[in-house]
Parts: sequence; structure tokens; C-alpha cells
Amino acid sequence: MGKGWIGKVLRVNLTEGTCAVEKLNEAWAREYLGGRGLASKYLCAEVDPGVDPLGPENKLIFAAGPLTGTYGAANGRYMAVTKSPLSGTIASSNSGGYFPSELRYAGYDLIIFEGKSPRPVYLQIHNQNVKLADASQLWGQSTDRTEDLIREKFHGDAKVACIGPAGERRVLFANIINDKHRAAGRSGVGAVMGSKNLKAVAVRGNGGVEVADPQGYRTAALDSYGLLRNNPVSGQGLPALGTAVLVNIINQSGALPTNNFQFDTFAGAEAISGEKLAETYLKRNKSCLGCVIGCGRVTRLSGAAYQGSGEGPEYESIWALGAACGVSDLAAVTKANYLCNEYGMDTITAGATVACAMELFEKGLLSEAEVGMPLPFGDGAAMVKLIELIAKNEGFGQKLALGSYRLAELYGAPELSMSVKKLEFPAYDGRGLQGMALQYATSNRGACHVRGYLVSPEILGLPEKLDPQAIEGKASWTKIFQDFTAVVDSVGVCLFTTFAIGAPQVTRLLNAATGLTLDEEALLVVGDRIWNLERQFNLRAGVDPGQDTLPKRLLDEPIPDGPLRGATARLAEMLPEYYRLRGWSADGIPGEEKLKSLGLS
Amino acid sequence: MQKLIRIEPSKCVGCKSCELACSFKHRGMFAPSRSRIVNEVFLDEAKFITVTCMQCDEPWCLKACPKGAIGKDAVSGVVNVDEVKCVGCRTCVSACPFGMITYQESSRKADKCNLCAGDFPECVTFCPTRCLTFSEEDKPLREKVLRFVNTMKDGQGEV
Repeated sequence: MGKGWIGKVLRVNLTEGTCAVEKLNEAWAREYLGGRGLASKYLCAEVDPGVDPLGPENKLIFAAGPLTGTYGAANGRYMAVTKSPLSGTIASSNSGGYFPSELRYAGYDLIIFEGKSPRPVYLQIHNQNVKLADASQLWGQSTDRTEDLIREKFHGDAKVACIGPAGERRVLFANIINDKHRAAGRSGVGAVMGSKNLKAVAVRGNGGVEVADPQGYRTAALDSYGLLRNNPVSGQGLPALGTAVLVNIINQSGALPTNNFQFDTFAGAEAISGEKLAETYLKRNKSCLGCVIGCGRVTRLSGAAYQGSGEGPEYESIWALGAACGVSDLAAVTKANYLCNEYGMDTITAGATVACAMELFEKGLLSEAEVGMPLPFGDGAAMVKLIELIAKNEGFGQKLALGSYRLAELYGAPELSMSVKKLEFPAYDGRGLQGMALQYATSNRGACHVRGYLVSPEILGLPEKLDPQAIEGKASWTKIFQDFTAVVDSVGVCLFTTFAIGAPQVTRLLNAATGLTLDEEALLVVGDRIWNLERQFNLRAGVDPGQDTLPKRLLDEPIPDGPLRGATARLAEMLPEYYRLRGWSADGIPGEEKLKSLGLS
Repeated sequence: MQKLIRIEPSKCVGCKSCELACSFKHRGMFAPSRSRIVNEVFLDEAKFITVTCMQCDEPWCLKACPKGAIGKDAVSGVVNVDEVKCVGCRTCVSACPFGMITYQESSRKADKCNLCAGDFPECVTFCPTRCLTFSEEDKPLREKVLRFVNTMKDGQGEV
């Protein structure tokens, strides 16, 4: 295997209790790079898309990229790839911190988990020494406690990724937490891990990552750093206020979904903003490995109502647990965020599901008796209580643990679930941002902002300012963003760097690391290939193109307030062009010719 | 005065760029556990501490070396290991109370920070927050003193 990749895959059969090292498929690595792309290729080759996501036939793949563990562009990322129990689509959840790089220093690019362990176990990796260890003492423990216990027992310097009680109890949006506060957050990857009785993966690696052209790599890295430092978002906004810098920006733009998308401006936004967080609970800023941005926020709560410490809340969490629920109590939002991290579940879906329940309550479809308490929008204490009930999968929390789509369906109002393909929206209303609307509808994992962050041109003006309400050209922008993001997710680079660096910089780093000789165009073809591969998985899993749509509220109900008042998502006007640009049929099916050109037929 | 890597822990964000840069330059690979400079992350306390060899005036490693393989450069002040004289006995590793000199399996010699032997220190080049600086003057010390005197100044009434 060339440089950049380690060239090794660790295959763990949980049913048999065996661990084996195999060679990384070199041809696949060249075509899919690593991370999201390469793991998706393995998943598609080895798993029938029709499997029960929580059954032993589903596999869970941890995948680093060829740049993970190096410097240059915040290269500390990995992907957890599997079939999602929440959406039934292919899932690929990204996280940073220190764990992903340690996996590479231990000598592996990917870990493939298959089968199901008869009892709770965790994986110990100390370089070439790998074994499954008993996790009966860890089962039921919070994510931060699990890490501490593993470091005590296994290795003091081990980096850990684990599930909390939410994953053990198969909350459909349970996540995988690493380094205590970093989350492979969306799509319920933690529930899949729980279904396999796999509590944690602990790694200590004393090796390193080599690159093909060290001098070229160093120069490329320094150039990227320059761009990252001089960019207003990656060099100023994110370091100063973290992702929560967006609360005021998006609210002022009139695209901050409030009270389950009934409004798009929130009177309490200032009270839950990044500025407010910096004044109140922020202790200090923190980076992931190799990152020059440092958007992490270490916080501490020591008020009368709520106590705790941890990282965040991030922007999306602040929105989901705050504005989406009409909650303007930053202490309650921060506490709920800690609970989500400690129990191990996605803050976005958790908050959005509570918001959905609040609207069901408001509309009289859900009674106080059923919830066990009144559930009006704006009630921070009720929101925190429900988050705890979800995490423990107790009482009314059991229904919320299914996510907003199944909850709303249960009460006869599926249209009140603000989701696409059963994955809840993040913190930007697609009615206000037409590019985001198209991206939400077509994203391979449902309503997700990190498959194509059109917010960047539509609101932040990077790489150039687009009119958020215009539809012209949005199909093309969406495709390019989706394809490039697929590459970024596959090489091991943080998406946040892409405010400042683009295909030229990523191509240079990738080529210098691996010895590949791709040009920018070829790099985007890789992204297109990954996108189509995921699409094929979804189609075979029964997620038909009819689901490339948005909730009725976004399509038919104009925004009632704020600067974008009157806007609806003009999806029908953009979708045909998008399908055409993708080379798909008018029904959204990738044709034989298209697939052949990508080497997918 | 001696030019040294100056460290301001309050500016560190725990990105380990220093470890990555050091290991890439001196070991040819990104391998934080083989870096000469150490960036320790304390997750619970949210503290990030960076340490490296401070090129002691009276180095324990130098005094302990039975082969006279360690010297302190009269001009630069850098404490160096002479790889020709070093026999890999690890006495220096035991002697250094800070753990800042190690034994390298690959070279089978003692190894420590030499401030990049005349090049500008690579860890300082890649530090994104200027937690690390390279200077003769101890600027972090001066900043600390300034913070202290400014506190005094702010508490002082008009005379």
C-alpha cells in the first residue's frame, strides 16, 4: 500500500469473538479514498441494504481517511458508517477529537464490526495487540464514566469511543461519543453499536502516519493554514464564539426555526447565543487533533437549577434544545446538551423530537396525562426532563426515543415531524434558503446540514454570496457542494475547514499524502461516485425517490414572520434540474450509463 | 540570553500541532507518541499543558552521561546528544527528572529536543495560537507581570 493509508483493516466478528487483520482493498481506496466513501463501499459490498439495521446482519464500520492523524486542515476525523435504524438509509456520522487519529497510529484505517456479541464487550487495541474484553461492568455507565473506567483498566493513554445508556437501550438516535465530548452524532449509529452489545472501542497507538511527499505535504499544509487563519469564519468567528456564533446570524437572517418550524425568528435568540455562552458558562476553547480553528467550547454550569460540565452546546444543539422548543433558558439548554452527551444521543433529533411533542401538545393531539406533565413551548424544565426520559427510555420517553417521525405518526399527525427520510432538520429553515431546501430533500441521509452546507454561500457569503431566495443555479451549487463534501468526509478533514479551503487545497494535500495524481475535476468525480453509491444503497433499501421531498409545512406554509416572511421551499422547481445534473432519470434513478461512467455498474 | 521555546499554557487549545510537527520533522511520520515536545490534554479539567526540554543550565542528563556524549553548546545553549559517542545506555533517561530525554528504538540512541538544530523550531511554526513562541526574551513572563501590574493599576485610586 502506498503512503497516506496505513493499508490495514481490522475485522471484528462479535458473534465469534474474533479479531483479524486484513489488507485494505487498494483499488477501492483509490476510488473511494477512505472515511465515508471507502466505508460505504465496504458496507455496500458486504451488507444487503434490506437488512434490519439493529439485526446482527448489519455491520458497523469505523473509518479514518488517508489524511486522518496528520496536520494541514483539521485532519482528526473519522466516520461511523452503517445502515441507520432511524431513517433506513445509509448512515455516516462524523467525529473528531483524538480517537480517530489514535486508530491510525495503532496501525488501522478501518474497523469493521460484524455480527452480535452474546454479552457486552469492548474492543481493546494496543497497536497490533487486539482483543475483545468483558464490558459487563461498563454496561449502564455514562459515556464519560465509561472512558475513565477503561483508562483505569486497560491503558492510561487510551483514546475511547463508546455508547452511553441510550445506545444500549436502542434509542433510535443514539450516538457514539469519543474523547468524552465529541459525537458521531446523527442517524442512530450508537443504537447499532448497542444492538451488537459493543460498548466501546479503546485504542492506544504508538506508531505513526507517513506521507508520500513529506516536503510537498508540509508546504501544502502551511498554505492551507494561511487560508484558514485569514478567513473570517475559520479564522475569527469559529475560534471566537464557536459554532454558536450562528445563533444571532441565522436569527437575524430570519431562518432560525422556532417552535417546531412554526416561526423563523426567535425572541429568545440573544439569550441562547454564542455571545451569551461566552459571557456565562464558557471556560475555554478547545481543538480536535491537528486543528487550527478550535471551535470546541468547554463549559461549566454551576447555577441553582442545573449543574454539570462538558463541551458545548454547539449551534445545532442550542437550536434543537432551545429555539426549536421555544426555550430561551441557556442553562436548561446546556444541561440538556450535557445529558445527551452523557447518555449518548443526538442533540438535534432529541431536541427536534421534543419540539414535535410540544406542537402535538399545543394542537391537543397529546394530553398532559400521557406525557406526565404539561408540555408548552418554552418550558425549559420540561424539555430537560423529557431528554432524561428519552435517554433512560422510560415512560413517555419511550415514544420520543423513536424520533419525531414515528412519534408524530403515532398521534396521527406525521406532517408535524420536521424531517426528511425520518431524519430531523438541523437549524436552518429550507423555506428561507432554497439551496438548503434542495440539499435537505436530496441528501442521502435525510435532513442534514453536513452533506452540503449551502448556508455558507446563502448566508455567510462563502465562497461567494448567493441570494438565499433565488432558485437559479441552486441545483448546480447543491451538486458541487454534495460531491465536494463527500470527498472531505472521506479524506479525514473537518468540514469546517471548507469555509477557507476548497478542492485545490484538498487535492494537493491528498496527492502529497498518498502519491495519487488526481486533479480537482477527478476529485469531484470521486465525490460524485460516493454520492451515487450511497444513492444505490438507499434505493435498494427501499428508500424510493418519492422521499426526496420536504414536510408539507416547508412546501406549502409560507414563513409567517421575519425578513423571509412569505417564503416557501420551491423544491418542485429545482428538483428536475438537480436530477438532470446528476445524470439521473426524471424519476431520480441513476441510469446505467451514469453508473458505468463512475465504475458503479 | 538564550533563545528558547517559550510556552504560554493559557493559549493552548490542545490541538497537538506541536507534536505532529515535531514528529513529522524528526521521525518522518505523524506520531505524537514519538514527539520530543509533549502536549498533554486533560479532558475533565479542560487544561492543556505543553512541555519540552528547557535546555537546562546544569543538565541532569549531561552530568549523568558516562560517555560524555551530552554537551551544552556554549553559543546557542542547546543541550545536544552526540550520536557518535552515545551508546544507548539510557542513563540520561533515568537522570532527567522531567522525562524530556528518551531512548529511540529506531536509532538506538538517546534523543531530545535540540531546538531543531539551528532551523526555526518546527513546533513553533505550526502552533496555531502562539502558545509557543521562540525568543531570547521571556515574553510570556513579561505578559504575566503586566497582567499583575494592570490589576494593581486598576485597583489604584487617583492620587
